[in-house]
Formats: sequence, structure tokens, C-alpha cells
Amino acid sequence: MITLEGVTKVYRTGAVEVSALKGISLHIPEGEFVAIMGPSGSGKSTLMNLIGCLDLPTSGTFILDGYDVSDLNEDQLAWIRNRKIGFVFQSFNLIPRVTAMHNVEMPLIYAGDAQQREARALAALESVGLLERAKHLPSELSGGQQQRVAIARALVTDPAILLADEPTGNLDSESSVEIMKVLRDLNDQGRTIVLITHEPDIAAFSQRVVRLRDGIIVSDERRPVATQAVQ
Amino acid sequence: MSILEGLRLAVSGLLANRLRSMLTMLGILIGVSAVILLVGVGNGASVAVQQQIQSLGSNLLTVFPSNARGTGGVAQGFGTGSSLTLDDVTAITNKQTAPDVVTAIPSASGRAQLIYQNQNWSSSLVGTTQDFPSVRNYQLASGQFFTSGDVDGSSRVAVIGQTTVTNLFGGNDPIGQTMKVNGQSFRVIGVFAPKGSSGGFNNQDDTVVVPITSAWNYLLGGRGRNVQQIYVEATTAGATTAASTEITQILLDRHHISDPTQADFQILSQQDVLNSASQTTGVLTLMLGAIAGISLIVGGIGIMNIMLVTVTERTREIGIRKAIGARRQDILLQFLIESMFLSGIGGLLGILIAFGLSPVLPLAVSSLPAPIISMPSVFLAFGISVGIGLFFGLYPANRAARLRPIEALRYE
Repeated sequence: MITLEGVTKVYRTGAVEVSALKGISLHIPEGEFVAIMGPSGSGKSTLMNLIGCLDLPTSGTFILDGYDVSDLNEDQLAWIRNRKIGFVFQSFNLIPRVTAMHNVEMPLIYAGDAQQREARALAALESVGLLERAKHLPSELSGGQQQRVAIARALVTDPAILLADEPTGNLDSESSVEIMKVLRDLNDQGRTIVLITHEPDIAAFSQRVVRLRDGIIVSDERRPVATQAVQ
Repeated sequence: MSILEGLRLAVSGLLANRLRSMLTMLGILIGVSAVILLVGVGNGASVAVQQQIQSLGSNLLTVFPSNARGTGGVAQGFGTGSSLTLDDVTAITNKQTAPDVVTAIPSASGRAQLIYQNQNWSSSLVGTTQDFPSVRNYQLASGQFFTSGDVDGSSRVAVIGQTTVTNLFGGNDPIGQTMKVNGQSFRVIGVFAPKGSSGGFNNQDDTVVVPITSAWNYLLGGRGRNVQQIYVEATTAGATTAASTEITQILLDRHHISDPTQADFQILSQQDVLNSASQTTGVLTLMLGAIAGISLIVGGIGIMNIMLVTVTERTREIGIRKAIGARRQDILLQFLIESMFLSGIGGLLGILIAFGLSPVLPLAVSSLPAPIISMPSVFLAFGISVGIGLFFGLYPANRAARLRPIEALRYE
């Protein structure tokens, strides 16, 4: 599903060059639930931007669902983001002045999918258990509910991977568990999930933990008993 | 993303900031209504001037002597020469040589100091022949005009205008009364119906008309038998050019002039006056429109300003939209539609306001001619307002479209 081969990323601020990623090779097969961990400055946000096709690697190759992303133009990247990736952000990133329903619909608008837009948006909302809140504005929902709307929005285009960047960072522990269970369920249904976090108990929901430090992978462990660890 | 979808987004974006959207629209609204109203006022003025000129008779031609030249060829002013005679008038009315002329009248004019009982009044004096009313479009309110017999016999009779009647006779019926004109006794035999101002300086109703021979003999002493102007009535307004050519030929022959550029007379048609007046009012209309147009541009800058603020405010939203798959053109379209919607609605409201105000305007400012709103100016103003939305929206929208998603998402 995802293959990174010798990926580096160098940021240039004026005369100073900062190497954020120094050669990452990683393969994530379909249906896996991977947590990428690391302290701040480890390069995990950079990696998340690359996997999310928000940015391009300086060198190396990145294959996403069969597409070589390294040499796509801006519009093609937008298409990949629309069809192949579902984003879940730490701060939810819902558009405040439109309803939950319209927020969920939005990726379909850009996909040019006029047909069944409403039905698909409602189905996505139902899958996160928020069907009855479709007409509510984000400000009328709790943090956990807002994040579930964001997950519904991420799912509505049926993407190859779900990319969650600190999805519980702004939530209390109860809502956090609720959100992680939603992600867990999605993974059980076969959805590939990449989770970026620095909290070990959130990473514990995953099957595999990749640790970054100073732009390189320092450990990569599979833990098939992840679910039990929480219960 | 479809246009319809873009419109939906634009409306929701504008509704999110109602007051701001309304104030921005106001700029365009004022600009558009100002353009339409001021161009309407210009049109109204133009029509009013044309009507006034046409009231003189659009088939009227005036023949003036050329400017007299003093020693050394110094021109002495318009119509100061004395090259025209009564025989010229007779020649112009010849049906053989001038088939496009209905009739022609001479005019010798000056000032008339009038006295009736204890009233004193000064009017303009015209000495002419019996065809004066038909050529100059004067109607008689009462009494009658003088005849060819009066002209031949230098009768001491006068026909006077309404202003003269009011000022000299007060409420009395002037018909049959004798008044002093420059010290000479004249009997009033007719009164003209009111005609209104000609748009120039002279009041056409403040006049005393007498037989030209009487004017020469008793009133314009010392100036000889001099015709200052010949008024010619052409068969139709369209025939004025042909009539003008015929008159030129007749007068050149009679005055023994072979080179037309050396002619000792000039011919002016009402059509010429009309054309130059139209030109003047056209420039006036253009100027008014241009001044109003400036306010439209100011409104456009207002839109640009607000759109830039909007783009900055929604940086995060733009980042979100890009992250979930919006392309550059989708963002561009969203903001362009928003600014065009803003200016378009402002334009439509401006048109409504202009239509609403145009009948009220002359009531508020009485000296203003009634605006005549022309449909082209309405369409043009609306088109320009939408165009302004497009033009001034382009930069902010492009700025939004070029935002990089990572940075936009990080924006607080």
C-alpha cells in the first residue's frame, strides 16, 4: 500500500539547510494499523506531510497505492489527497460555518462526484455514529463528536489510507478512547491506518509502532496483541 | 467543482460576514447608481436642449453677412458685415433656383424702448416681413400679424410677445393700443403665444416685431436699409443641406463672387446648432459618467481590500480544503465567484436604486433636468460592476489559490 525508499527531506530557511528526514525506508501493507512515534523534532510531522501528499520528498521514492507520488504536479497531488488519503487532524479542522453534513460532503464536491453525494455523506456519518447530528454546526458538537465528523469526512471518499495526526491531542481521555475505538473498528474492517502520536497509550491501539529520532527510524516493532493491551 | 457549487460556497461565505459584505456591496451600489443616474441626467439635459432648439424649427436656416473687416483685415465680430439686402431675400424665395426653400424673411434687429402710459419697458426689436410667424414658428394668441401691405407702406404697427405684454400693459388688453417705440407711435395689432426660452440668452417672448420698412424708416435710424439676417424655411428638416447649397449659389451669383471661400455671407442651419449642442451635451454626459465611474473603481478597490482580508481570515479553511483535495482552480473559482457575486449583487441593487431615485431627483434639485435612463448605460454599469468583481477579485483569489497547504493548515 505504502512504500518509502530512501526518502529524505531538506528544508531550506534562508542560508540554513535543515535535514528533517535523513533516509527513511518503510513499507506499510494494506490493512495495517501503524503508529509513528517520536519526540518533537524527530521528523514525524514531516513524514506525515509526505505520506499525506501535502509535500514532496527531496529525494527517494514514495509509492502510494501504486502511484509514484515523487514526481506529481500540484493538481495531481490534490487528486491523490482527494481519492487516496483521508486526513484526521489534531485540531479537527472542520469548517466552522457549515454543518457537519456539509463538512463531510466537501471531499466529494472536489471529487466532482455529484451523484449520491448526500447518501454517501450520511453513510459516513452513520459509520461514526453521528447521523442525528448531521445538521449541526461544528461549534454545537463536543470535541469527540467533532473529531468523529472529521473521521467521517476522511472516510467519505473511501480512501486507501487514513492518516491521523495526533487525533486525540485535543481531547480528554474519555473522548480519546472513544476516537481510538472508532479507528480500531475501521482497521478491523480492513482500513489501512497511519497514526502519528507521541503518546504511548494511544500508540498501543496499533499493531505496529515505528519510532523516529532525528530523521531516521530507530525501531519498528509489530505487536499483534495491541488490542488486549488496552483492555 | 461546479459553478453552482461555487455559488453556494460564495453565498455561505458572504453570509458569514453579513455587515462586511453589505458595506462592501454599498461601494459598488453607489458607484453603479451614480453612473446610471448621472448619465441619465446628461441624457436628460441633451434631450431638453434638443427640444428647445427644435422648437425654433429644425428646417430653419439663417444667413448672416460675413464678419465685416476693418482696415488691415481685422474681423469685427460675427454678423457685423452689411452685405445682405431685401433683393437677396426675394431671390432666395425664387422657386426655380431654390426649389427646397419654402420662404425667406429678412430681419433687421435692435433694441426697442417702449412706453405705454406710465409704463416703461425695453424689448428686442425685430423688423421683418409678413412671413415671420410661419418661418420662426410663432403662433398668435390674439389679434393678427401685419400684411405685405403694411410692409410696403411702412405701417406703424407692431406685434408683441407675452413678456412684453405683461411688463408694459399689465392686465390690459394691448390690442388696438398705441405705444411709443423709441419715441415713435406704434399700434399693437397682435400678441404672440408664449414660446419659451430658446436655450440661449434671449427670451423669445420679450420681443416687438414690426414691418422691416417701418424699422428702417423710424426706429433703426442711421444704419441704412440693412438686412442683418435672412431666415429661410426649407421644405423639410432633411432638405436644409440642399437649400443651403442653393442659397449659396444664388448669393454668390448676386454678389459676383466666384470663389466660395471668399463669400461675404454665412449660412447656419438649426441642424448645425443641434449638432454642436449634441456634441456639447455628449461631452457633458461622458464627463458625468466618468466621474461616477471613479466611484465604481473605488468600490472595486473596497472589494479587493475585503477579499484580501477574507483570504487571510480563511487561510486555515483554504488549507483544509486543499488537504481534502481542492485544486488551485477550485480555490480560485470559490473566491472569484465570491467577489463577483458581491459586486454583481451590488450592481443589481444599484440599478434598482437608480430607477427608484430618477423620478425623485428633479423634485429634490429643481434645476436638474429629469434623468433619462438609457438601457445601454444600465447594462454597461452592471457589466462593469461584475467585471470589477472579477478584476479586483483576481489578485486575492489567486493569492488564496497559491497558498501551500502545509503552511495554510499551520496558520492560526
